[in-house]
Amino acid sequence: MTAIAARNYPAMTGALEPELSNLEKRLLNEYQKGFPLTRTPYAEIAQQLGTSEALVLEVLNKLKDQGYISRVGPVFKPRKVGVSTLAAMSVPDDRLHQIASIISSYPEVNHNYEREHQFNLWFVVTARDEAHLREVLQDMEMRTGLPIMDLPLEQQFHIDLGFPLWC
Amino acid sequence: MVLNDAEQQLISLIQGGLPLSSRPWAEIGRKMNMDEEDVLQQVRSLQERGLIKRFGLVVRHHELGYTANAMVVWDVPDDQVQSVGEALGRHDCVTLCYQRPRRLPEWPYNLFCMIHGKDRERVLEIIDELVETEGLQDIPHEVLFSGERFKQRGAKYL
Repeated sequence: MTAIAARNYPAMTGALEPELSNLEKRLLNEYQKGFPLTRTPYAEIAQQLGTSEALVLEVLNKLKDQGYISRVGPVFKPRKVGVSTLAAMSVPDDRLHQIASIISSYPEVNHNYEREHQFNLWFVVTARDEAHLREVLQDMEMRTGLPIMDLPLEQQFHIDLGFPLWC
Repeated sequence: MVLNDAEQQLISLIQGGLPLSSRPWAEIGRKMNMDEEDVLQQVRSLQERGLIKRFGLVVRHHELGYTANAMVVWDVPDDQVQSVGEALGRHDCVTLCYQRPRRLPEWPYNLFCMIHGKDRERVLEIIDELVETEGLQDIPHEVLFSGERFKQRGAKYL
């Protein structure tokens, strides 16, 4: 397993560092992009890392089961596939959980967070087209009785290369 | 962006993740009644056309120990938003950087970036570094730490 151990990530500061094996770290750091688009991608990754396909699959399954990764797959560019917006609401504290669960119940919502601010509920709404998106937002306002601040993406600056585990 | 039926079907089959098996594209192909190589050709085409911006492991920051997460919002003069956005977007620890509309009077901010760290102190430290290295001392900003996560999953477009 020398090939895997060859590269270390000394600056990695994630709280879970001690629990991650070198193979896990290399998969997490080096394959957030550039996944081989070939018939046997996991065998190819195994070859690049000097290990077996079976072990790569086992480790990926484990990372998924433990919730460290949500999937191995595509990240789509916003505004290229479907439409989405970031929405915010200012919710009275005693109604936050109730309102949040209404918002989360929409299949069009993928992220829904409390944030420390006057606008304390933030969520992303994704739909196949603009008309459907508008319908969903209106429906939410009707059901919650609260106005929604809608902040659609105008320009993306970040080139998404994945998240380095040394921040 | 116009997608044909096969592409829509392909996206709906892979948006939740590729099978973790030896021949994942053959599995997808069986569901689409398509040859493995033709499926791959379609994925490559989606990537070349920029619909897929990356393909690989999608990490969950919180579970990996990055439990502090802040959305930092900036009120950047319109004629500087391009250069400030590009500068912030280049930093490793900035995971997203978007321009969005202001909603005056209650919301004056037009630039949004996301910063993850293992604790609040680290996130604030990263923000200080950004302000310092990019000379953003005169640009008003607010830091919105995340509290409870009510829902988090990959987007389902189709």
